[in-house]
Amino acid sequence: MDLKFLDFEQPIAELEAKIDELRFVGDDSEINISDEIKRLKAKSEELTRSIFSSLTAWQVAQLARHPLRPYTLDYLEAISPDFQELHGDRMYADDPAIVGGIGRIDGRPVMFVGQQKGRDTKSRVRRNYGMPRPEGYRKALRLMQMAERFRIPIVTLIDTPGAYPGLDAEERGQSEAIARNLFEMARLRTPIVSVVIGEGGSGGALAIGVADRLLMLEYSVYSVISPEGCASILWKSVEKAELAAEAMGITAGRLQELGLVDELLKEPLGGAHRDPRAAAETLQSALQLSLRDFEVLDVAELLRRRQARLLSFGRFRES
Amino acid sequence: MTWFEKLMPSRITTERKSRSVPEGIWIKCPECGAQLYRAELERNLFVCPKCDHHMRLSARSRLEVFLDQDSGREIAERLAPQDPLKFKDSKRYRDRVTQAQKETGENDALVAMTGLLKGQPVVASAFEFRFMGGSMGSVVGEKFARAAAYSRDNRMPLVNFSASGGARMQEALFSLLQMAKTSAVLATLSEARVPFVSVLTDPTTGGVSASLGMLGDVNIAEPKALIGFAGPRVIQQTVRETLPEGFQRSEFLLEHGAIDMIVDRRRMRDEIAALLAKLMKRPAPDA
Repeated sequence: MDLKFLDFEQPIAELEAKIDELRFVGDDSEINISDEIKRLKAKSEELTRSIFSSLTAWQVAQLARHPLRPYTLDYLEAISPDFQELHGDRMYADDPAIVGGIGRIDGRPVMFVGQQKGRDTKSRVRRNYGMPRPEGYRKALRLMQMAERFRIPIVTLIDTPGAYPGLDAEERGQSEAIARNLFEMARLRTPIVSVVIGEGGSGGALAIGVADRLLMLEYSVYSVISPEGCASILWKSVEKAELAAEAMGITAGRLQELGLVDELLKEPLGGAHRDPRAAAETLQSALQLSLRDFEVLDVAELLRRRQARLLSFGRFRES
Repeated sequence: MTWFEKLMPSRITTERKSRSVPEGIWIKCPECGAQLYRAELERNLFVCPKCDHHMRLSARSRLEVFLDQDSGREIAERLAPQDPLKFKDSKRYRDRVTQAQKETGENDALVAMTGLLKGQPVVASAFEFRFMGGSMGSVVGEKFARAAAYSRDNRMPLVNFSASGGARMQEALFSLLQMAKTSAVLATLSEARVPFVSVLTDPTTGGVSASLGMLGDVNIAEPKALIGFAGPRVIQQTVRETLPEGFQRSEFLLEHGAIDMIVDRRRMRDEIAALLAKLMKRPAPDA
């Protein structure tokens, strides 16, 4: 299997290549190959463990954007096989960069909304690299308001480089679409759980990320601007993205320390793409627990807590 | 830069940059180049009498010319920034803050006041663009939230003048979340049926436009202000074509249905006072 190893994973890639070679040689040579493969496998695992135990923020960002990383629909397929996708904002179009619909968790109906990236060139273009336009955010809002109407909890999966910065998006009110979601999500009378599964890119991510609880997968990132964008503005050079990633503290671990993320979900060794099934199981059980927590709250208490949570964001002095 | 521009002393080449109104007795209009007498310009609320160009205003002058004379009382003026991430690029965030505080005399990029607008009690806030590009960090978010809560609890309409490049990168995710915070408090204002008027001034982009900026019961823009989500440079890099004339200006937003009206600064008090009186079911204010 081609795992598309990243730069910092090269030592692992070399070992894995060796293992593949041995497998190809097969059983007809004299040394006991299966023992040798086992030995190398263990070594590769140990190496992966060691490399992944001290990743930089920039390396985590690379993992969050990994071309094989599971996307929203991959997770939905795994955790909610009876997911039914619903389309369109009823005003202008259906934005393929955001998907939404009803599925089940624990047997109970849930409204899912998430950004969707494409896997190959054609679908990447169709999904606009996971960068929603206003109609995407308006579709998301329509579905979330429908969930409120039928008292169904909402789960949002965040995975976007950001809202699309294009002429058409500006014409149709990208700012308003994002702002409206922030405003309405703050007062939706149903529980909202958000999970950053890959890239949490700025306002484009937050526009489906106002929640009662925020979860992050271990190798996902969430930031106010991309490391590259930050580097080009503050360091005047995209080359400094690594520094910018570190300075902004974009990883799940760091954000949890800062009190901005409620729960960090451990990923399989080497990242979610190495074992999508296991990653989906982790996500599913975390969502089950969260939804059960909120199920017992009455709506007034839910909204009181959400408002308090949203108003608590920020660090300042008062002299 | 052409060879000729390179030869010119830098003071001349930077002159065209639009900034807040500079010091001095004579001021040159950055739009039409007319030499204007400062006192006269002040009487005209820093709108060029020759070409109607609306110059950028500091937050304090903005509130001063908007509220009834001497009626303003500041809210939450003691809030000041922290540096939770110990952020450092080519400069330390701390140093940038200190420098901005020195240059502007403000603690951060938002000033909020209670006061009177033609005798009606209001809460008004304004962004200070010269303070790190009017960027929204924790202090801006908190001050706005307190102003809005005061407005809601005392049933005094809220008016905000934005001028901002967006979220403050140096406070990273804390600043992004101010978008959620300010929008959340506005939701409570709306449920309490207290009006919020958002006035978008040049320039308002990014996280401020995509949160409190677009959430007015009534959205107003000053003429020809740059207003948008993404900045023109980012869009140009994305679509790789030249942007049409007037793109992301107030007139473009009005045409596309994003704002309710464009109001000349000299008419701002009248228009907003009249609107608020209607929304609050009060008799019409004096002309």
